[in-house]
Formats: sequence, C-alpha cells, structure tokens
Amino acid sequence: MSSTLRQLTPVAAFFLLVLATPFLLRHDYYYLSILTMAGIFAIIVLGLNLLLGFAGQISLGHGALFGIAAYTTAVLTGTYGLPLAVGAVSGVGLTALVAMLIGMPVLKLKGYYLAMATLGFGLIVYIFFNEAIGLTGGPSGFVGIPVLEVFGFVFDSDLSYFYLVWSMVAVALLTSLNLIHSKYGRALMALHISETAAQSMGINIARHKLFVFVLSSVYAGIAGVLYAHYLNFVAPSSFGFHFSVQLITMVVLGGMASLWGGIAGAVFLTVMPEFLRFYENLEVIIYGLILILCMMFLPKGLAGGVCKLLSNVRRRFGREP
Amino acid sequence: MDLASLLQFLASGLTVGSTYGLAALGFTIIFNTTGIINFAQGEFVMLGGILAVVFMHWLDPGLPAAILLAVVATTLVGLLMERLTIRPVRNASAINLIIVTIGVSITIRGLVMLFWGKDTYVLPAFSGMAPIHLLGATIIPQSLWILGIAVVVLALLKGFFSRTIFGRAMLACSFEPRAARLVGISVERMVMASFMLSAFVGAVGGVILTPLTMTSYDVGVLLGMKGFAACILGGLGNPFGAAAGGLILGILEAFGAGLVSSAYKDAIAFVVILGILLWKPSGLFGVPDTERV
Repeated sequence: MSSTLRQLTPVAAFFLLVLATPFLLRHDYYYLSILTMAGIFAIIVLGLNLLLGFAGQISLGHGALFGIAAYTTAVLTGTYGLPLAVGAVSGVGLTALVAMLIGMPVLKLKGYYLAMATLGFGLIVYIFFNEAIGLTGGPSGFVGIPVLEVFGFVFDSDLSYFYLVWSMVAVALLTSLNLIHSKYGRALMALHISETAAQSMGINIARHKLFVFVLSSVYAGIAGVLYAHYLNFVAPSSFGFHFSVQLITMVVLGGMASLWGGIAGAVFLTVMPEFLRFYENLEVIIYGLILILCMMFLPKGLAGGVCKLLSNVRRRFGREP
Repeated sequence: MDLASLLQFLASGLTVGSTYGLAALGFTIIFNTTGIINFAQGEFVMLGGILAVVFMHWLDPGLPAAILLAVVATTLVGLLMERLTIRPVRNASAINLIIVTIGVSITIRGLVMLFWGKDTYVLPAFSGMAPIHLLGATIIPQSLWILGIAVVVLALLKGFFSRTIFGRAMLACSFEPRAARLVGISVERMVMASFMLSAFVGAVGGVILTPLTMTSYDVGVLLGMKGFAACILGGLGNPFGAAAGGLILGILEAFGAGLVSSAYKDAIAFVVILGILLWKPSGLFGVPDTERV
C-alpha cells in the first residue's frame, strides 16, 4: 500500500463512520446530542494535542479559552443582536488574541510552572465570568443565544448540528495531520524533546510555541462558538478548572501525540458518564476507577492500545506488521 | 488602613496560609521522590477533616483520639494509593502518573460522597470559640492552633529531612534516584514513605482547618489547587519555599478580600502569582533548571 493511500484510508473510514452514525443510532436524538458534544470537545482536544502531545507544552487554561469564545458570541449575538457571522468571527478572533497576549509572556515558563500560570489565567477568566454579571449573566448563566444559521440554512435539528460539528472535527483533523507532517510539525516535535537542541538547529522556539498555542486556541474558539449556539445557553461552570483538567485527561487517555487518539479520548470520556448514569451513586467511583485502570494498563492511551491490538492480530495471521 | 485591620488581615491570612502551606508541603514531598504532582493531595486534606468528624460521631472517643484516628487512617490511604496505583506502573511517564492521581482523587471523592453524602460537616474547635482581642483585632483560638501546629509540623519535617537517615535517604532520591539506588537506598520504599508522609501532612492540615471552615466531600479541589499554587510560588521541590508560598498566598488573599473585594480575592492572588512567575520563572526560592542536551 502506498503511503498516501495508507494515510487516506483511515480518513475515508472516519468520514463513512460519521456519515453512518445517525443511521446506526436509528436517529436516537439523545445519543446524537451526546456525540455532538463529544465532537465539540474533540475539536478542542485536537488543538490541545498539538500543544501538549506534539510540542510538549501544557495548558490548564483551555477551558477558559473555550469559554471566552462562547461568551463573546453569546453576548454579541444575544445581547446586541449582531449577525451570527460577526459573533462567530469575533469569538474565535478574541480567543486567539487573548491566547497571544497570554502566551507571549507565559510560554517561556516550563512544565509545572507553565501549568500553574495557565491554571491561574483560567481561574481569573472563570472569576470574571462569574462576577461580570451585567455582561455574562453571572453564575446562573447566559440565556437566549440564537440558533446557528449559515447562508439561510438553520441548524436547529440535532441531526444537522451533528453533521456540522463533525465536519468541523474533520476539518480540524485534516489541518492537524497536514501540520504535523510539515516542517512546522517536525520543529514542534523537536522542541518537545529538547529545547536547547532544537534551538541550536535554528528553530525559533518562542515563535513556534506561540504559534501552536494560538493555533490550539483557535480550535478551542471554534468549539466555543459551536457550543454556545448548540446549547443556546452558557454558564461559567462549563469553563472552569475541572473542564481544563478533563481536556488534558482526554488528550492523555486518548494517546499523547496521536490525533486519532485525541478524538477517541474525547468521545470516550464524554459518552462513558452517560452509560454510568445507570449506577447512580457509584457513577463517580466507577468513572475514577476506569480512568485509573486505563492509564495503568494502556500507557500509550487508547490509540496505543488499538495499535498494539492490530499488530498482534497481524502477527497472528502471519503478515508483515 | 489602621493597625487593627492590618493585624486582622494578617492574622486571617497567616491562618489560611499555613493550611495552604501544609498542602503545599504534601505536594513537595511526593514531587521530590517521584517528580509528579499528586492531584489527590487535596483529597488527603479533605479526608483528614471528614474522617475526624466521622470517628467523632461513630466511636465517640473524644476529639484528640478522633483526630489521631483520622490522621492515621488518611496516612493508610496514602500507603494504599502508592501500593495499588503508583508502584505497579512506576516506570510510566510523569503525565500518565498524574492522570492516575486524578483518577484516584475522583475515586476518593466518589467514595466519600457515597458514604457520607454531600453534607457539610464541622468539628468542634480545639479550645473553645471565645475570641482573643489583640490591639483591636479579634483572633479565634483555633487560628493559634492552626499556626502552632503548622509550625510544629514544619519543624519536625525539617528535622526529619536533615537529621534522620531515613529523611536524608528520601532527600537523596529527589536529587538523583539512580545515584540513590547505587548507594543502596530502596527508592521504592522512599516513594511509598513519601505518599504516607504527604497524606499525613495533608490530613493534619485538614483536621486543624475543619473547626474553622467546615468540610464536605469537595473541599479538596480548592485546597489542592491553592497548595499547588503555593508550592509553585515558593519554587517546586523546596519544602521551605512551599511553606513560605502558602503563607504568602494566604496573606495575599486576606488583603485582597479585605481591601478590594472578596469576590475577586482569588483573582488578585493569582494575578500576583503570575507576576512573580514572570519575574522569577522558577518560583521565589526555586533553583533554575538547566537542561542537558
């Protein structure tokens, strides 16, 4: 199999799976809406994976970046009645701008110090969402965000929104796949392994880090806009510390530096609680235990687990791995 | 600002700050032997407080005995955590182990919620609630207990790490685990001890704080976050820095709440922390990292 074909096969399979999912679920709108949320989270995780998995820079502020986009479009379209396009573009634009202003100073920090700085940024934004009641509606949330409409087509059904979100996941995935196979992608992986070594090879570290941080904030921004217009309601609790930690968990559980793994992690951690709801009081405990066991027995995440399984199967049937 | 309110802010800042400092010490101890940040550290603090209340109601052994039982039980939880979830995968990467500790913290929170619900619990103050007046400021006796016990724990840890062979062996692991192993130190045992020790320190913090601020299954998240902020502020890996970071954070919050607004007190504290980190990227008392190529 040629290498292009080998790369395109999973993408084609992914498209088919997305197309077929609503039919496989027999248009069960409950599950469709959960998978729509999973898709929205998958977009953020794809961006965060570029930052964490490939470039090795952690961020506990992506929940806040996601929230900035959601609130921006909510306020512009909901309070001021501006067109949706203005809301969406400003939402993503403002998120990228904030990421750039924050990223420039904090990205020179390393490891846990960077985690702390981005955590602090996230917390400050979270407090702002809660306290700027006149603008954001405060802790009780912002109601009355209009339904998404693009060129006269209204995305008011779960089915149409499902396809919209997952098309955006596909766009984000293809963009990321392209990036990591480019000069930029290789530079990011190089600075992950050793900043000093990468620098001595002529890679501008500060610029590359800022680039990938802002790029991942654009992903989070797009997800935020999709989120606000899907639920038509946003509240600060969706954008706090917990959510940022959950995003990191999705990246690592899916498989660091595996874009497919990131999507799998987002879907797995969004869908699993819905099944655990059946156990009521035990829900949280089972969730925690599954997380522990997955991380203990799948060191390379879901993606690593699947790869290992596939290579075992191939070996059993006597084919070249 | 008059002297009385200055003293008042300082007293409440030092009180809260010393519990942050104890949580931060817990983070530091585990970081030093394993290189990971233990997200379940806040849960140790929560367990200390909740278990003390539980033992009080269940066995009614009197406050000191209930506290002792709670601290011992939490230390055992630390031991179990290391044995069951960290040791089997001790060669995993740091980020994987951190996610494991997130899983442990969720599980502990879930268990506490299952057994004791989402209610808020309080522990009686160690020596009454009659406030002490000092130069116009009002200080609750429990504040003095908190400060005093935090200082004692800090002094004991200092002695442990610099005087005892066991403590010095633990410290050796933090500098270079491979070299420590070469001179015959069992790194595994030190990691286990570090989890027990940090659970112990966390539990002590939880027990002394509970009479003042009450406790419930979810207080660990915020305390853990503050403890992490404190040890980063002081410089990760430095026990003195962790304690100092906790006090600074507590004082920042108290003055922020008193002078500006209590709604923004966390925001003010974190803006200052961000500023300090940009000025000193390895914390106030941390040593800058050098990278080998």
